[in-house]
Amino acid sequence: MNNNILIIILASGVFYGTPLFFAALGELFTERSGVLNLGVEGMMLMGGVSAVWASQHIPGTSWFVVLCSILIGAFAGALVAALHAFLCVTLRTNQTVAGLSITIFAGALGLSSYFANVWDVASETVKHPIRILNPGGLADTPIVGPILFHQTILTYLSWVLCVLSVVYLFRTRTGLKLRSVGESPQTADAVGINVAKYRYIHTILGGALAGVGGTYYSLTIVPQWVDGVTKGAGWIAIALVIFGFWRPDLTLLGAYLFGALQSLGLTLKSRNIQINGSILDAMPFIMTVLVLVIVSGGWAHKRLRAPASLGVPYEREER
Amino acid sequence: MQSPLRLERRLTQPKWLNWGVPLLSLLGALILGGIVLFATGKNPISVYARIVERGFASTDAFSRTLISATPFAFTGLAASVAFRMGLINIGGEGQLYLGTIGAAFAGIAFQDQPTAVIIATMIIFGMLFGGAWAAIVGILKAKFSTNEIITSLMLNYVAAIFLDYLIFNSSSYWRDPKSYGFPTGKRLTKNAYWNDISIGSIEIPFGFVVAVVAAVIVWFLYNRTRFGYEVGVIASSPNAARYAGIRARWKIITVMALSGALAGLGGASDVGDFRHVLDAKGVQISGYGYTGIVVAALARLNPLSAIFVAVFLGGLSNAGYALQGPDFPSGLVGTLQGLILFTAVAGEILTRYRIKRQNTIADGVIV
Repeated sequence: MNNNILIIILASGVFYGTPLFFAALGELFTERSGVLNLGVEGMMLMGGVSAVWASQHIPGTSWFVVLCSILIGAFAGALVAALHAFLCVTLRTNQTVAGLSITIFAGALGLSSYFANVWDVASETVKHPIRILNPGGLADTPIVGPILFHQTILTYLSWVLCVLSVVYLFRTRTGLKLRSVGESPQTADAVGINVAKYRYIHTILGGALAGVGGTYYSLTIVPQWVDGVTKGAGWIAIALVIFGFWRPDLTLLGAYLFGALQSLGLTLKSRNIQINGSILDAMPFIMTVLVLVIVSGGWAHKRLRAPASLGVPYEREER
Repeated sequence: MQSPLRLERRLTQPKWLNWGVPLLSLLGALILGGIVLFATGKNPISVYARIVERGFASTDAFSRTLISATPFAFTGLAASVAFRMGLINIGGEGQLYLGTIGAAFAGIAFQDQPTAVIIATMIIFGMLFGGAWAAIVGILKAKFSTNEIITSLMLNYVAAIFLDYLIFNSSSYWRDPKSYGFPTGKRLTKNAYWNDISIGSIEIPFGFVVAVVAAVIVWFLYNRTRFGYEVGVIASSPNAARYAGIRARWKIITVMALSGALAGLGGASDVGDFRHVLDAKGVQISGYGYTGIVVAALARLNPLSAIFVAVFLGGLSNAGYALQGPDFPSGLVGTLQGLILFTAVAGEILTRYRIKRQNTIADGVIV
């Protein structure tokens, strides 16, 4: 029963979708504040490489090291995001170019690879990977168990974060203020909301979540450091925010769908089902394009659109 | 969270900004890079000295720099023509891959023809493949208004997988059937090589000459023709363009195809000048397409400046290859490129604003 291929596909959807969700949720907060962050890939990789370093150098019991590694991964992502916020909010540069420079600077051919070399983190496997955790024996329940509860602590954490972010965005005063900053910073400013502060905080928060997503790649999926280990996950995360119409719950579902697609090749291969691996590898990317085509036109676009001021620098003098 | 400095819009743009800003940006990037190097236990001065030495200081080094610079020039031009219409094409990477596939096809298929014919067909097929790949993005943007940033980027990954498929996962036309163990592409015959042009002791790759010609044509197209004028109108005011009867949708597709064709030409030059084979792994680790964005941004979207910027970044990259090792870890070149891009982007702000100290008391009253 538990080896049913459908269950395996769903379970790996959750497993491979989790880092996508972390990165996408981060991007969602950032975009809700009106800042477009195209540097997610770079932030994920910086988080990933820092977490591996932490995992190899911090002494202590396994769970303590894992906790520290996740926090350090988040911190590294946040640090890169702070740079992005400085460029976009304080210097009011073109957000697209700023985000691209982040990814070139920190990405697979940049600083993340440089640090990996300087710190020599790629030479050995990770000593303290983030392991599968069976919460209270729930993984042994049929069907639901292997899909939802044969996962790591980060997956369980992501569900809590998903619920908290829906409440935060749509049920709290601060969340309302955040959305107003993304829709109309002029109005928000007029009622006394500090636009720059909101944008800084949510861009940095977004980077931290991207860093955790990167950590999941280097400490759970692989778990070893390989340059460019995220292989474009950061870009899929950006597309997922559009796919999820800037809502955390829909984004979570989208992340699992893409996680399943990403792992479909591996799953089928392990079952000796003959299918062209290249087409399966290309599926997540082709699907992203198709999904964008579908959500870009039609009623969905009109009902659930992007924050109105997304990507527009706010200049108070030009109110 | 109030910053002590504030930006005030410039009403006039002083002359010194034109050369001062790029120069300050570069200096800023070198200082920031120096900090990164110093923090990781390297001596910044000696690293920079070796980059200059291995990138520019001898005719031999400079010849190799030109080989590295050629694809950058094409991808820089590709990014420039799209960015000038506000189309953020970051698919130069994938479009270049398609260009290598097209050019390698022509090089193999027409190998019995005279060299001039082979080179011409390689150029044409490279441009066609790259252009068609980019046109997909243009058509989707024009018809469904999909975000071109993400679609062009997704197609980079698809192109990379396709490239791997042709060499590693299939017995395609491009794969050498005699290559066992590690599969490789079919090598082009000698008469399909693009010959260097020697000036003194500097070898100029033929592709570089093509790039210069392409830059002049692009400059002419954008500054002296109706087409370029209309692109400019669409970029600065889409509404005005609509009232003037300019068909923006058709322009989106044309400009994307042009951008992709230039990147594809870069792929063709990489096969013709340098690799002489469809090298699936080699072309992917070079990151030509992404560097093109750096070129375009530093050149401020001017096609003629793009050539000079490409030579500069080509030198950096060439020095990176030559020096790679424990003292010069891989990733350093990308880091420096990213820093140059940052400071160029940040420097751009100086052309629009002046920095003033915040008057906190007055501001406090307003807030």
